[in-house]
Amino acid sequence: MMLKKLALAGVISLMGTSAFAACSYQNETEVKMLSAGFEAWKAVTDAMAECGNFQAELDQEFRTKQPAAFEASPSLYHLGGVSNGTITPLLNAGTIRPLDDLVAKYGQNLTPNQLIRIDGKVMAVAMMVNTQHLMYRSDILADLGIETPTSWSEIYLAAAKIKEAGVMDYPLGATMKSGWNLAQEFVNMYPGHGGTFFNDDNTTAVNSDAGLKALGTLKAGLPFMDPEVLVSDSTYVQQQFQQGKIAMANLWASRAGAMNDEAESQVVGKVAMAAAPTAMVGGAPATTLWWDGIVVAANITDAEADAAFRLAMEGIDTDMVTANNDAAIWLVNGFVPGPLSQGAIATATANPAPPAYPSTTQMGLLHTALGNEIPAYLTGERDAAATLVAIEEAYTTAAKEAGVLQ
Amino acid sequence: MMKFKTFFAFVAPSVFMMVLFIALPLVSVFIQSFQITQPVMQQMEVETCTPGFITQTCVTEIKTIPTIGEDGKVITTTEWVGFESYRNVLQMDKVWEAVASGNVKDILQIDFWKALRFTLMFTLLTLPLVIGVGLLIALTVNNAAKAVRGPVIFISLLPFIITPVIGSLSIYWLFVGDGILTAMMERWTGTNISMFAQAWTIELLMYFYRVWHVAPFAFIIFYAGLQTVNMDTLESAVIDGASRWERLRHVIIPHLMPLIVFIALIHLMDCYRVFEEIIGFRSQAHVISLQWLTFDFLTPDDAGNRAIARASASAMLTMIGIVFLLILPLRRTWRDHKGSAH
Repeated sequence: MMLKKLALAGVISLMGTSAFAACSYQNETEVKMLSAGFEAWKAVTDAMAECGNFQAELDQEFRTKQPAAFEASPSLYHLGGVSNGTITPLLNAGTIRPLDDLVAKYGQNLTPNQLIRIDGKVMAVAMMVNTQHLMYRSDILADLGIETPTSWSEIYLAAAKIKEAGVMDYPLGATMKSGWNLAQEFVNMYPGHGGTFFNDDNTTAVNSDAGLKALGTLKAGLPFMDPEVLVSDSTYVQQQFQQGKIAMANLWASRAGAMNDEAESQVVGKVAMAAAPTAMVGGAPATTLWWDGIVVAANITDAEADAAFRLAMEGIDTDMVTANNDAAIWLVNGFVPGPLSQGAIATATANPAPPAYPSTTQMGLLHTALGNEIPAYLTGERDAAATLVAIEEAYTTAAKEAGVLQ
Repeated sequence: MMKFKTFFAFVAPSVFMMVLFIALPLVSVFIQSFQITQPVMQQMEVETCTPGFITQTCVTEIKTIPTIGEDGKVITTTEWVGFESYRNVLQMDKVWEAVASGNVKDILQIDFWKALRFTLMFTLLTLPLVIGVGLLIALTVNNAAKAVRGPVIFISLLPFIITPVIGSLSIYWLFVGDGILTAMMERWTGTNISMFAQAWTIELLMYFYRVWHVAPFAFIIFYAGLQTVNMDTLESAVIDGASRWERLRHVIIPHLMPLIVFIALIHLMDCYRVFEEIIGFRSQAHVISLQWLTFDFLTPDDAGNRAIARASASAMLTMIGIVFLLILPLRRTWRDHKGSAH
């Protein structure tokens, strides 16, 4: 975590206030925004900065900063960039405002699909979808006559073939860094095996047959992965791809653009995208659907909210998308799906479709428990059944402490 | 003797600061380790709509969400829970279970005990190494020609100047994947080496890094101490035919003893709070420390939950651990102090 902070201290970009002609109006109210630091946010905040009087902070630690910053009165930021995971604390604390009137005033270009409604009220405006899906080296698979894998068992067969052919020692990459990333791998795999996360009484249901299978599928990949996979996060996997060290990975769609970045990548044009693999026959792709979007703080004046929202609409307009078409799977009008977005679209439109990542307090607690307990299983210190018990116990303790379980 | 008033005037600011920044937070953590503060939760049927690629999916489900009061803030309750948070951290029931069933190693699957095992081993193994290496550098520099002493001292001190997080990150980058040093080792041995794939190599790097980083501190203290060794005693020892080793053993080390105890005290306190190595090396899957455990409890998840009560309990347990570790060297200094007063 500290690592990210350090890496991003450099990335945090404070944008100037000079106005450019590209913006359709001159913004007079000071607007500040805090969001994650990936490519799509850079594109959106750059477009907003063109209107003047705008400061954006792009920081991968936004998830720890945002709840406290929005709770201040007045809020330290007017706008926030969130996903369906990180909107939860803001919703819970009531620090973001309903946007229905602002959408009516400035949202002519929005599609109904973009309006995130919670309890009937628009609480966020989505700009893109994100999901982990299969990225693979089309050249290597074609050379060895391997069809595009559609399930995890096919992926492991393909990996074995690539290893056998001597092309690579470790053909598979995975975002299995102990903690959040590894937990997310389980969160992808478990519904893919037909599991549900919670019972009606808020107790967790992961200690189940689907849980055992999900753990088993995760571990079955280890022989094809770099032995240091428990320290590898999205950026690490992206670099492994770019340096030609791996042939396949279930990686975030938001990382697809980097594969064709001439400055960084040695495999330009060689990485193709396909739907996330399924974990069982007839199941949904073993992944979760995410959206990223913009929220407006509650603890600011209505005039500021008005200006901030207007500016945000300028940031996610068609011009921006046209200029940055490949930076994300945009939900905005004017997006032309290219080859890089095929995998994400195939994933999202699959039947049955993968679930959206649940925005609940319980999910946050379970995610932490998963991230802390699964490593012992993958290192071989503990078997699958004991690991599921440990996850259940860790969740129960945390949930009691947080008040969601009695 | 200094007048009490003068003494008080000198000491008061630092006492005030210590109360404000050390004693009060400690009291607050102590209290919080016996309390649990949680939001008042309510069950509500909520319809949530999320975008697919073409159309939205809306689901209606019962959600457990915090109740927001009239002031716009989440309503919370604080309860006294006795030792519950300590029980949740220590998990003694599982410890006894493991002992009873004979699988004592299972204890190390509980986070706290896993962290304690590493923290203690790390502290106690690096202690003699730091003192030994520090003394060795000090003796070497002391015997070096005057002309080179300055540069040698400067270079020896460099590791100590580096910020611990940066230092541990550098080591990580040198060794992870095909890092420069791993690549070199692989060329020499002809095998694939993964330093971050198993616990023992990670721990080895941690010991190495910590000694490399802290030894200069011990060195500079010992070097200062060496300047005050009584030359007459040393010379008479030489005349009596004492070897280099005997002089070190019977003259120099006894003279440096108070400094050795001082360094041991500082090192035990610092080392027991080992943290940067865990973060820098991303070792959580294999190795964790007590301080990291507290940090992990305090880190909010995506839904904003943080385990403050368990973090407080874990912090108190860490402090108790340090006190236990310090008792021995402190008793020694106390005895020396009393001895010299007579």
